[in-house]
Amino acid sequence: MSENKDQFRPEDHENDHFLLTSVVGSYPKPKWLNRAKELYEDDEADFDEDNWQEAKDDAARVITNEHERAGLDTVVDGEMRRNEMVEFFAHRIDGYEFNGPVKVWGHNYFDKPSVVSEVEYDESWLVDEYKYTASATSRPVKVPITGPYTLASWAFNEAYEDDADLAYALADLVNEEIEKLVDAGARYIQIDEPALATTPDDHAIVGEALERIVADIPEEVRIGLHVCYGDYSRIYPEILEFPVDEFDLELANGDYEQLDVFKDPEFTADLALGVCDVHVAEVESVEQMEANIKKGLEIVPPEQLVVSPDCGLKLLPREVAYGKMENMVQAARNVEADLDAGNIDIERETPTPADD
Amino acid sequence: MTEYVSTTPGLYPLPDWAKDDLSHLKGHQKHDLISGDEGEEITAVYEEARDEVIGVQEDAGLDRIVEGQLRWDDMLAHPLAVADAVETRGIVRYYDNNNFYREPVVTDDLAATGDIASELEAAADLTDGTLQAVLPGPYSLADLATDEHYGDEADFLAAIADFLADEADAFHDVETLFLLEPSLVENAPADGHDERASEAIDQVAGAVDADVVVHPYWGALEEKVYAHLLDADIDAVGFDFVSNQDDNLYNIQEYGATDDIALGLADGQNTLVEDPEAIRDRVEWVEGQLPTADFETVYLTTNTETFYLPYAKYVEKLEVLAEAADLAEVTPA
Repeated sequence: MSENKDQFRPEDHENDHFLLTSVVGSYPKPKWLNRAKELYEDDEADFDEDNWQEAKDDAARVITNEHERAGLDTVVDGEMRRNEMVEFFAHRIDGYEFNGPVKVWGHNYFDKPSVVSEVEYDESWLVDEYKYTASATSRPVKVPITGPYTLASWAFNEAYEDDADLAYALADLVNEEIEKLVDAGARYIQIDEPALATTPDDHAIVGEALERIVADIPEEVRIGLHVCYGDYSRIYPEILEFPVDEFDLELANGDYEQLDVFKDPEFTADLALGVCDVHVAEVESVEQMEANIKKGLEIVPPEQLVVSPDCGLKLLPREVAYGKMENMVQAARNVEADLDAGNIDIERETPTPADD
Repeated sequence: MTEYVSTTPGLYPLPDWAKDDLSHLKGHQKHDLISGDEGEEITAVYEEARDEVIGVQEDAGLDRIVEGQLRWDDMLAHPLAVADAVETRGIVRYYDNNNFYREPVVTDDLAATGDIASELEAAADLTDGTLQAVLPGPYSLADLATDEHYGDEADFLAAIADFLADEADAFHDVETLFLLEPSLVENAPADGHDERASEAIDQVAGAVDADVVVHPYWGALEEKVYAHLLDADIDAVGFDFVSNQDDNLYNIQEYGATDDIALGLADGQNTLVEDPEAIRDRVEWVEGQLPTADFETVYLTTNTETFYLPYAKYVEKLEVLAEAADLAEVTPA
């Protein structure tokens, strides 16, 4: 278990137990921000770079505040400045170029970039975003970063021998960025690696990349890893070797069918458990989310449990996203109170010894 | 003397303007995808886009012209997605790619639709070039689909083979047919089923008056699967030399080959554009590795479909293939 979770406990936290509440990162953009973007991209509109920057700043402030109002212990700006999780970074890293949209499915496309030369660190990717968000809130800020394996896998690789070599080169850049974020005050970093779910046999590459990412990062900086929509049995227990404090996992969407995967062997890291489904546009009740949180207690003791949605909330209607967060926080506080009162008695199974 | 024929396995990317127009006309959700009865406006966009990709092939100088399969929203599962006895359900992953298609579930007796024959007729009206048809191989199409009607793996494969044979029977004036069989590599048939896969391919191949190329990709076939495939009455087997050189060579050296051969030498999934000379050299190298290398026809192709690529890169890949075939033709192997 990780020792760096308690720094995020609010001073006025009312329960003895503390289930850290957080979000994965993305959040629905206010409609006016999309309108502002259209104006910015319209050559005939009187809407310049400064106007666009101001719109993004305003949106970041609004969503950070929305996270605060929902009662989250750690907040994000909802990734208001980012368009897509690979594109945003590829535009900031030397070595990438864009050649046009490619199909994902049906008429859903993305600007899959090509790595055409050695990747190099140029301008900072997220330090300004972090500083702005931190100045807009008194709560701790979590910083999501797309991981090097996903940045490598979801691009065309023209320049490196294989995707592993590209992922390692990118991991060194991510390490450099995290050092800058830490210097700026960040204490909670989440590496997003959705590509691992599609190619689980590559978990060793992700592990090696993470070793590079955390090199020389102080212990008090909390590092999480988010993986979603895959067959977890193909990466567990191998991922327990990864040098991270916390695994942020999507489990509500599959109605906790995969929960048993994590029962044996013992889950030794912190578990950031998805307790609401981001693909269902109805807000789960507080009671439902309390039940979901208790699923997590079948895997880890309360000290190791973090409460989170399954994945980024950006595809939901905004009021639904807010409702889910609000109920999620309330559910976490209720479970904490129940734990304090000794009303929760969940037996965690003792993992089978290897020689049994 | 060997003839070098530049071609592609089809399934092209839409031109960017057509991506935009069709997004607006059709929408982004799974119920918005092609069902075979699209209206005039959507049909008009596809016609214009078809004309454009046929022009791209003609300008590049490809020796075989494909229709482009721009309507195949569900990629190789398309022929089932537009068939009557099929429900399209959730979005499922397309092999190991970051691409998805609607799961086709067969719920009743399958019957051919003529959908692909009519695409080919539309293409024939647009070009004087030599036409090539493209179909999923029966094994791959059965693998991509779910059966809730026939009940038995062998019966289902036989039904899919009948279905594809009937579709192919309606093709006219087609010089070549590419049967794409990635599932033979990605989800290789077990003992017994490998022989049935070969028989199913034989049946589809026999339904059309054209040279038939069976093209597996994303690796090499298992030895037994390859040996059984050679029993089918087909003109050529394709080899994906981009993703696996050694095992493909081994198969040819160990079990021999058909009289014609298709070589997947340009990467259909990477924007790095190969040099035509380098491809010509790879052709010579492959031929040099084989005991007898006097093929009647060598097809030069991308290893996979090209819809993975940005449009401009896809155009460049076609140009490279055409040029490489011209170079191979003038260089004695």
